[in-house]
Amino acid sequence: MSAQGPALGERQRAAIEERGPGPVGVTLSVNGEERSLEIEPRVSLLDALREHLELTGAKKGCDQGTCGACTVRVDDRRVLACLTLAMTCEGREVTTVEGLAEHGELHAMQRAFIAEDAFQCGYCTPGQIMSAVALLEEGHAGDDAEIKEWMSGNLCRCAAYPHIRAAIRSVRDGQRR
Amino acid sequence: MRPITYARAADAATAIAAVSADPGSAFLAGGTTEVDLLRQNVLTPRHLIDINDLPLNSIEPQPDGALRIGALARMSDVAADPLVRERYPMIAQALELGASAQLRHMASMGGNMMQRVRCSYFRDAESPCNKREPGTGCPAIEGVSRGHAVLGVSEHCVATHPSDVAVALAALQARVHTQGPGEETHAYAFDDFFLLPGSTPDREHPLAHGELITAIEVPAVPVARRSLYLKVRDRESYEFALVSVAAALSLVDGTIADVRLALGGVATRPWRAMHAEDFLIGAVAQRANFEQAARVELSTARPTPMNAFKVELAQRAMVRALETLANGSPA
Ligand SMILES: Cc1cc2nc3c(=O)[nH]c(=O)nc-3n(C[C@H](O)[C@H](O)[C@H](O)COP(=O)(O)OP(=O)(O)OC[C@H]3O[C@@H](n4cnc5c(N)ncnc54)[C@H](O)[C@@H]3O)c2cc1C
Ligand code: FES
Ligand code: FES
Repeated sequence: MSAQGPALGERQRAAIEERGPGPVGVTLSVNGEERSLEIEPRVSLLDALREHLELTGAKKGCDQGTCGACTVRVDDRRVLACLTLAMTCEGREVTTVEGLAEHGELHAMQRAFIAEDAFQCGYCTPGQIMSAVALLEEGHAGDDAEIKEWMSGNLCRCAAYPHIRAAIRSVRDGQRR
Repeated sequence: MRPITYARAADAATAIAAVSADPGSAFLAGGTTEVDLLRQNVLTPRHLIDINDLPLNSIEPQPDGALRIGALARMSDVAADPLVRERYPMIAQALELGASAQLRHMASMGGNMMQRVRCSYFRDAESPCNKREPGTGCPAIEGVSRGHAVLGVSEHCVATHPSDVAVALAALQARVHTQGPGEETHAYAFDDFFLLPGSTPDREHPLAHGELITAIEVPAVPVARRSLYLKVRDRESYEFALVSVAAALSLVDGTIADVRLALGGVATRPWRAMHAEDFLIGAVAQRANFEQAARVELSTARPTPMNAFKVELAQRAMVRALETLANGSPA
């Protein structure tokens, strides 16, 4: 179906504010900072972060929801930035790997990834870390089988999986203590 | 990716009116199908109406024992809901075995019902495809069909319905509630909601353009408290099913008193295994009967050389699911 409908009718336009298709002003709250940008509505959160806000931590692996390299947090949930339109995040809080450190100190999960050597090329790592932090909050890191299953949305082509699990375990066990 | 406009709707009537008014408009929920296929040029909306602010995300028990799941409830929330887990383990399992944790936080139940097939010809805007462009042909039938359907196929389309949770909902005979442009509401029986491809594979649902799914109602199904979802796939996680089985079973003195059975990964729509159920009711709960029931259900299978293995796989998966339940260890 290649129907190219007319713009919304007058009645709908009164009830609903249609924006775009050209660039529109959007304000996003990213890592605790209000950021203003001009983007077309088709721009994904991933492209908004990487191309417009110079936050290149989140990576573009597949752009189809199949790899997890783009994992970020929107409000309190880990999501895929490649399948999220940036405009849907207005009024929500976006956190990227750049926002994990506090007062210049790396997040415990970042430190654990370094300590456990949980990467080779590092391409998947920001997504892995964002996912791992959420995993612990979600309470699905009971044992290795559970970690495996609930981290399956983050692929690692260097197959650093055993080390990634070790990093997650160490933060989990550090928290328990 | 083609240009689009974006609008966020605050209430259902506004969203429905906006989409109904224009064939180039579409609802946007979690976006995990819509944004993906927009980027692939497979879906070609001009206007997206964001429905995520609509108050349709609650999960509420009904006086008659049913459970009403709002269309915008996320897969992860539904899977974690205590009532869902207690009354319908097969729903929680089907959800948690689907996609990934990130996608389940994004994807809504309404969107899940409306997700599009994963057939690689459908997903490639350059290929012919009767579902995407009626009349252009189905290259899968003579082409790469390993993942395609063996049940409910037609000479016009063999694409597998991809949803997991819809398989559990088919077994449970859920109802899909909708609202249309004149504020009229409708409740579809699950079997009426998913259309067989026949000669019009482009029509997957009876919904009018702009008709909004508001809720999925799961009736009280006591047998479902002992149920499971078995999913067989090429890798252990984050993968669509080659074959899946939603099953519920109750026995009285070794005889099957009640049973629900549905198949995924093998059919063009979520497949309630009615013939198998009919065979099993009143039968002795033993392996030979499970095998016979599965054979009866699969007798109408029309595999291609590439996906013929699915018939045997579905046979074994059904038997395993029933045996697991009969032996009293629902997964
Ligand atoms: C990599 C990947 C792996 C996946 N694996 C699985 C899997 O293993 N099992 C599985 O079951 N699914 C799987 N999925 C599919 C996923 O579950 C669906 O994409 C998701 O459920 C769609 O919901 P959504 O809210 O994101 O819908 P959207 O993408 O927002 O919408 C999908 C369609 O439905 C329409 N729509 C949305 N809401 C409504 C409504 N309330 N009323 C009417 N129309 C509506 C939209 O206009 C659009 O056409 C996978 C997806 C991806 C990308
Ligand atoms: S880039 Fe988003 S999942 Fe691969
Ligand atoms: S470290 Fe290279 S992809 Fe994971």
